[in-house]
Amino acid sequence: MVEGKKSVNFLRGILYLSPALILMAIFTFYPLFNTFIISFKEEYNYMTGKYAEWGFANYAKLFASGNIFRTCLVNTLVIVFVSVPLSIGLSLLIAVALNSIKPLQKFFQTIFFLPYVTNTIAIGMVFSVIFESHQGLANAIITEFGGNMINWLGGNIQATTIGKGFLDPNNAIFTPQWLTSMIVLMVYIIWNSLPFKILILLSALQGIDRQYYQAAQVDGTSKLRIFSKITVPLLSPQIFYLLITSFIGAFKEYTSVVAIFGNNAQSVGQRNNMATVVWYIYKKTKEGGTTMGYAAAGAVVLFVIIMFFTLINSIISKKRVHY
Amino acid sequence: MDIRLVNLTKIFADKHSEVRAVDNLDITIPSGKLIGLLGPSGCGKSTTLYMIAGLLEPTSGQIFFGDEDVTVLSAEKRGIGLVFQNYALYPHMTVKQNIIFPLQNMHISKTEALARTQKYARLVGIEELLDRKPKQLSGGQQQRVAIARALVKEPKVLLLDEPLSNLDARLRLQTREEIKRIQRETGITTVFVTHDQEEAMSISDEIVVMKSGVEQQKGRPQNVYENPINQFVAKFLGTPPINIFAGKVQDGGLYIGEERIGDSNLENQEVTVGIRPEGFEISPEGTLTINIQHIEHIGRDKSIVATNPYTEKETFRFIVDSDNNVFENTNVKVLVKSNKCYVFDKLTEKRLQ
Ligand SMILES: Nc1ncnc2c1ncn2[C@@H]1O[C@H](COP(=O)(O)OP(=O)(O)OP(=O)(O)O)[C@@H](O)[C@H]1O
Ligand SMILES: [Mg+2]
Repeated sequence: MVEGKKSVNFLRGILYLSPALILMAIFTFYPLFNTFIISFKEEYNYMTGKYAEWGFANYAKLFASGNIFRTCLVNTLVIVFVSVPLSIGLSLLIAVALNSIKPLQKFFQTIFFLPYVTNTIAIGMVFSVIFESHQGLANAIITEFGGNMINWLGGNIQATTIGKGFLDPNNAIFTPQWLTSMIVLMVYIIWNSLPFKILILLSALQGIDRQYYQAAQVDGTSKLRIFSKITVPLLSPQIFYLLITSFIGAFKEYTSVVAIFGNNAQSVGQRNNMATVVWYIYKKTKEGGTTMGYAAAGAVVLFVIIMFFTLINSIISKKRVHY
Repeated sequence: MDIRLVNLTKIFADKHSEVRAVDNLDITIPSGKLIGLLGPSGCGKSTTLYMIAGLLEPTSGQIFFGDEDVTVLSAEKRGIGLVFQNYALYPHMTVKQNIIFPLQNMHISKTEALARTQKYARLVGIEELLDRKPKQLSGGQQQRVAIARALVKEPKVLLLDEPLSNLDARLRLQTREEIKRIQRETGITTVFVTHDQEEAMSISDEIVVMKSGVEQQKGRPQNVYENPINQFVAKFLGTPPINIFAGKVQDGGLYIGEERIGDSNLENQEVTVGIRPEGFEISPEGTLTINIQHIEHIGRDKSIVATNPYTEKETFRFIVDSDNNVFENTNVKVLVKSNKCYVFDKLTEKRLQ
């Protein structure tokens, strides 16, 4: 009797879910699965469906020396491991600061939230004007104070670069120009990702019971200790959530690169030096011919990396996150 | 160390309104005593406590710890222990980490801090729970952790804000005994806030009854109970509560309706009469006629619900020995004990007799 009812309920549940399930099967699971398959087909032509043979050739090609994919992978990892901690740390500080001021709090909240509601590409264009390598706003300010112009986005031979002297200009990836442009990209990515994080952290902060702070105050706890021993642990679920989502987001960084450095993802005069993995995937899917296999292999590599770090994250979080 | 509050006032003001949460409070809390701050919800008890703690700044008035004026001293310098209404235990720390936390702020040596943590955990009876998180504790256990955390600093003053309000009746009884014991053992000057009069009466050396931010009466619980200064205090103390009747004084007699229940040397006037539930005696010579609605047997006593046309509420309740023979739905005569009967001014509600 009960058993029967259970299975009826189960069937009913499946029925209710089926529209979503069918759509997901067609547009999510099938492509996912297919990407995986394609990545192992050599010289796969997606128009005809023909391929040479099964194997790891696409992967071998990706990692072969001289392939731009290496740059893409390195850039992506740099973006992930620099921008994510920095932006989370910054947004934490800003959120705590915002939470502690009473007047103008709403005003500052609005200011910090503006980038979130502004189009990424539009802001990217503004950034490329600000950091224009000749007389962009940044350079105008620097020269105003007697500094040298900086070759932010490349293309200005008279301008200097950051990292000149300790980075080898002939290195395959880490040239002074690379560092200079990467700084612009980082500023952009971090700035662009702050609002959402601040919003999440601020609302979490406002949800923390004031009595914890009063208790800490009565016990004579220093500001620093309150922050590290009370605020951060109490925010740890949100911090962890942000960590996971922005890790994944940073691994998929693409729009920002194109917005500032154009379709070829490069400083002027360089070759794809700002390219990321997702940029590579997009490029290879659009090139036509038999490059789809590379794109698929790139996507699988990215998938595996993201999976790996998410796993590590959640293992660490088991110890560090207090719910 | 005693605590003196001198004309202490707190006004919460914003653009639209002004709340006098505490109004000219003037009390002295004797050293080593447990004082119950008692009053209905919103009367300013927590506000008073927070001002003593230094978490709220008084609008005017002063606070003295002993001879020292601490009015503007910040909370961390006052050396107080505070137990919050909902304990405010840090959820991410174990019991041990919670208790030791104040000591780590004080830069006490690690061995000393651990020893003290052990000592106070034992005092409140939670030494087996040290490695648990607050969530894994019952309300009563959490409350004891909060007390241990407040005591571990060995403060000069212990402040408790309705610490028992989250507990069930039995646990409440048990923990209030425990608080009393701990307070006696440590001899810390303690302020205990509650809106439960029974709790305050049973635990306090002295109680302070407040209403709308104003002190009504202060004294030993039994004294306040027996000699309420006004109708509010009389009504607030005692379970079942005091019974209120519309009465009058006429030619040296105290009347409820046309029945003379006692004497009075007041001038002729309309008054309010309050009679404690234990102030009635069923007797053929009784002076007040009542109609018995309902009888409850509670051990030695009978609790009787009755009516009289002049009661404030529809019915009133009084208590007599169980050997009284009474029946529901009958009229009986009762005598009113003069020492359990108070006369209040009809308008000002001040006690007249
Ligand atoms: N931060 C505040 N701003 C404005 N008004 C306040 C503030 N805190 C308290 N009040 C007001 O002050 C009065 C006293 O509040 P308080 O918290 O001291 O009451 P209480 O006696 O502790 O009540 P309870 O038994 O419900 O805890 C209330 O009318 C309350 O609305
Ligand atoms: Mg309160």
